[in-house]
Amino acid sequence: MLLILALLVVGLSYSVVSPPRSSAETETTLQIEQGKDIYMTTCSSCHGLGGEGTTQGPGLIGVGAASVDFQMGTGRMPAARLEAQIPARKVNYTQEQIEAVAAYVHSLGAGPAIPEESQYSLDALNLSGDEKARAVARGGALFRANCSACHGIVGGGGAMPEGKYAPNLTDTTPVHIYEAVRTGPQQMPMFSKDVLTDESVSEIIAYLEAADEQPNYGGLTMGDAGPVAEGWWIFIIGIGGLSIVALWIARKGARAR
Amino acid sequence: MSHDNLPVKNPDLGHSVADPGIEEHIERFTDVNEGAGNRAYRAILLMLAAVPVLAIAFVVIYFAVPRNAYIDFGWLKASAMNVGLGVTAGLAVLLIGIAVIQWARVLMGDEESVEYRHSAASSEEDRKVAAQLFADGVEQSAVKRRPLILGALGGALGITLVPAVVLLADMGPHPTRRVREETIEKTLWANQVRLVNDENWIELRPEHLEVGQLVNAQPASLQELHGMEAHQEKAKAAIIVVRMDPNSITIPPSRADWQVSGILAYSKICTHVGCPISLWERQTHHLLCPCHQSTFDLGNSGVVVFGPAGRALPQLPISVDDEGYLIATSDFPVPVGPSYFERDSRNDFKDGDQ
Amino acid sequence: MAKPTSVVDTSPSVEAHEAPATKPKSQPGALTWADERVGVNKIGRFGLRKVFPDHWSFLLGEIALYSFIILLLTGIFLTIWFKPSMAEIHYDGSYQLMKGMPISEAFASTLEISFDVRGGLLVRQIHHWAALLFVASATVHMLRVFFTGAFRKPREINWLIGVGLLSMSLMAGFTGYSLPDDLLSGTGLRFVDGLIRSIPLIGTWAEFFVFGGEFPGNLIISRLYMAHILLIPGLLLGLISAHLALVVYHKHTQYPGPGRTENNVVGYPLFPVYMAKAGGFFFVVFGFLVLMGGLFQINPVWTYGPYDPAKVTAGSQPDWYMGFVEGALRLIPPFWESHWGGTTWAWAVFVPGVGLMGLLFTSLALWPFIERWLTGDDREHHLLDRPRNAPTRTALGVAGMTAYGLMWLGGSNDIIATRFSLSLNAITIFLRIAVFVGPIIAFIITKRLALALQRQDRERALHGSEDGVIVRDVQGGYSEAHVPVSHDEQFLLTQHLQHRPLEAGGDTDADGLPRKGGVSKLRSRLSRWYLGHEIAKPTAAEIEDAHHHGDHDAPALEDSPKH
Repeated sequence: MLLILALLVVGLSYSVVSPPRSSAETETTLQIEQGKDIYMTTCSSCHGLGGEGTTQGPGLIGVGAASVDFQMGTGRMPAARLEAQIPARKVNYTQEQIEAVAAYVHSLGAGPAIPEESQYSLDALNLSGDEKARAVARGGALFRANCSACHGIVGGGGAMPEGKYAPNLTDTTPVHIYEAVRTGPQQMPMFSKDVLTDESVSEIIAYLEAADEQPNYGGLTMGDAGPVAEGWWIFIIGIGGLSIVALWIARKGARAR
Repeated sequence: MSHDNLPVKNPDLGHSVADPGIEEHIERFTDVNEGAGNRAYRAILLMLAAVPVLAIAFVVIYFAVPRNAYIDFGWLKASAMNVGLGVTAGLAVLLIGIAVIQWARVLMGDEESVEYRHSAASSEEDRKVAAQLFADGVEQSAVKRRPLILGALGGALGITLVPAVVLLADMGPHPTRRVREETIEKTLWANQVRLVNDENWIELRPEHLEVGQLVNAQPASLQELHGMEAHQEKAKAAIIVVRMDPNSITIPPSRADWQVSGILAYSKICTHVGCPISLWERQTHHLLCPCHQSTFDLGNSGVVVFGPAGRALPQLPISVDDEGYLIATSDFPVPVGPSYFERDSRNDFKDGDQ
Repeated sequence: MAKPTSVVDTSPSVEAHEAPATKPKSQPGALTWADERVGVNKIGRFGLRKVFPDHWSFLLGEIALYSFIILLLTGIFLTIWFKPSMAEIHYDGSYQLMKGMPISEAFASTLEISFDVRGGLLVRQIHHWAALLFVASATVHMLRVFFTGAFRKPREINWLIGVGLLSMSLMAGFTGYSLPDDLLSGTGLRFVDGLIRSIPLIGTWAEFFVFGGEFPGNLIISRLYMAHILLIPGLLLGLISAHLALVVYHKHTQYPGPGRTENNVVGYPLFPVYMAKAGGFFFVVFGFLVLMGGLFQINPVWTYGPYDPAKVTAGSQPDWYMGFVEGALRLIPPFWESHWGGTTWAWAVFVPGVGLMGLLFTSLALWPFIERWLTGDDREHHLLDRPRNAPTRTALGVAGMTAYGLMWLGGSNDIIATRFSLSLNAITIFLRIAVFVGPIIAFIITKRLALALQRQDRERALHGSEDGVIVRDVQGGYSEAHVPVSHDEQFLLTQHLQHRPLEAGGDTDADGLPRKGGVSKLRSRLSRWYLGHEIAKPTAAEIEDAHHHGDHDAPALEDSPKH
């Protein structure tokens, strides 16, 4: 840990202290160097010194910057240990550091890049209110065709075999959703731009945001577990509550002696 | 009340302790204490008096609260109309109930009454009289002398069931072999039908798919259909297209030309009860059904590896047309979807088939 | 016949109550009008002061009745807007996330009820909660009847009506669940399609007849609608009327206690006490359901979206009452299907789906007759059993509930997996075994518990309760004195009849009385399994004996006589 910290400090101070280079190219080179440093200390033990992969982790040549941004940006990487599924955790790296590692991994072999906002947001299209509503509704249909089977209705999450799961999407940022769609982290399949266009993904993301913002029109959702939760509640509140009332009805009240 | 024809002749049979009789009645607090009685009385009146207030509130909410107003209160983020109407109406009705029950509990006399039961069976006299009446009726009906009339009537009534049942024969088409071959055993897939992505109808090309990619696809010809036809065809034709590293999967020789460099297409309809399945794991190549958790191995011709499914997932033979688009080369070789009695399942893929 | 004297014959009771000098009080005009036409006074004389026993568990069935009435009321409201049509339209209502989507009229009208009709969402939610409560309370009511032996002679027919009602209520619930044509209900229909198809020989024909051709067709919603709002409620209404009429005819059962015998019923008169309590309870049930409809969201169809046979969502579940079938289907291991010649026998679907429901309702229906066959008991029963006094029945009931509960868990194995971070496959494999082992363990434990309670009852009746004061005597030994229980309690603990197992052979029973037929070896063995092992309740002589030695400590249990 100390070593990492020391390297971080050195790296950071280096980037701050050193005079700005004139060309973007050298900036990129610098970023790659910084990313390589972080990679060597935190990633290489599993993914190999040159990103070629080991028995502990897959090769990273060609996975692209988007993959790194997703894995590190959601705290899944670096992983604490091997398990059925690496869970999302608190992120311990700055976006700058993550981008540096992403740049380094990108330099090993090209893959999907970290997206611009216009790629995952409908805002860039300047749609009218009605057009936007239709786009969001289309996003809902696309979500149900491609995503809800695993991630559940409106992204509540779902079970997968052998202890794996499709995570809840309500707290996932749009950029990470986009990156997951394009790179297919862990067991998730990927969806290429040619088949699920940027516009389609933007519609899906817009739908998820709209669905998350809407109120639960009918009242408390009681865990959002669908008919299973509803069944529990009818027994607890319905049968339980009414049985207590029934007890009260049939009970002989306070007696004079 | 008369005490004859009791259900049980010897109710004390087997008692080892004599029946002490009904407990002594003890007055309630509200019976003996005037003040307590009056308090209970006032509480009941108060509850009933609250009902009109709630009813008026209900009407006000109905007309005054805009339909798109929302309550945001802790966990409760809901339609203001729904919560307002529900709480006012619910409380009003609940208060009526509680008031009336409380009236019965504390103000009505609560001395217990005893009523005698009668045996469910008729008394001896009833039995005799009924038997005699029945015999008289039989006599009057003349069936003893002309008994065939009963058999004839029974037969006539029975046979009228046949027209009644036959009337229902048009509830649906009859699934004879010919009809089955045109319906549940046939899908939109045929030679040269292109594969398109569901919902955005993009036609698929092999270079569109990378290893680890999943596409929820449909036949291009589905786009022309609407309503019922679209649903019926979709329920059979839906497929998933996946691309896997050819070296990491098993392709039997008989299916070597059913795929395009690791791109395979399978029916999306589960062979168990027909849920559409697309929960695919890119590393294990397993496909999980979210309804009953049947799991199929798409890296091994779709055989079942877990769950209740009885058969492998049908694979669709695909190829590339002259323009470079993915196409089917024929319909599914076996019927898709859940099993039915007349289904010939001898040609389905079994693990180890070549 | 019209002799004047015959009129006089019917009036002595009036004369006995009324002093000849005072005229009978005149009744209000409306009552007289009704009486002269339908004889309401006769009905009033019969019914007004009819006695009902008071116990909380007798109100469980009332919850079901009231839920049904509320379902009718809210259901009528919903039919004013609902369109049972599968015709496709482009949605243009006020729910933005569905804007422009091609959806069925059924789904569009459900959205209209939820978003455009004021109070529509409330009534829809009340209707759905009431449906869940209807089946839940009917189930719990049936358990109460089972465990207290209220199904025994003369109430077997009413038990059968109850079994019919329960199966109808499942049908009512399921047909309603399928109407909105949302993704979840359509997935449920797809499941039913697979279930119907799996029936050997006639499956495909049944599928084509029910759906009017291939799944999903465009007829199923309107057909289910007919079943849901006409056919099934009509049958339910008829069966409920018969169910209640028989309760009136037999009079309600009562729990044992002082003064309660097989020949009487102790409680409160219908008018006014029971009317107020039962009528008030209707409003309480209604109030509960309206509050639930106002505060708790149920079946948010707008989030599920329209049905599409190529789409599905993780966590697709049926409503709770179909959960056990769903679970049984999930627990079946792979490849349970026979391919004989050109035919397919889908046991994996047919057995847990169609077969399990058949097994449940058949065994429920047959139970009163099986028990009668095991006990040879032919007398009427109006006093309820305390569950401990029918230990094998109670244990069987708990075993059945355990099997049901485990299958029910199986039906939500994916939800359990995600909520408790467990492996879906591990849960399934565990439940595959537990569903067979669990009921056996539950049976043994329950029976032991019931017998232990019987033993405790015997001790209390004989020696009273421990008074909690430990006394050390001069020799240094410790003892605890017993306080005799009240006469009332002693009676309660000993009033039940204990049946003796049937003995094989012979044309006479244990008391030397002639018996029709004779008892086969098998029946005798099963009867011993069913009735043997019970702890003999104290006899009058033993109680007398214990009373005389009341000052001494309780004798060790081994000293007590056994069967």
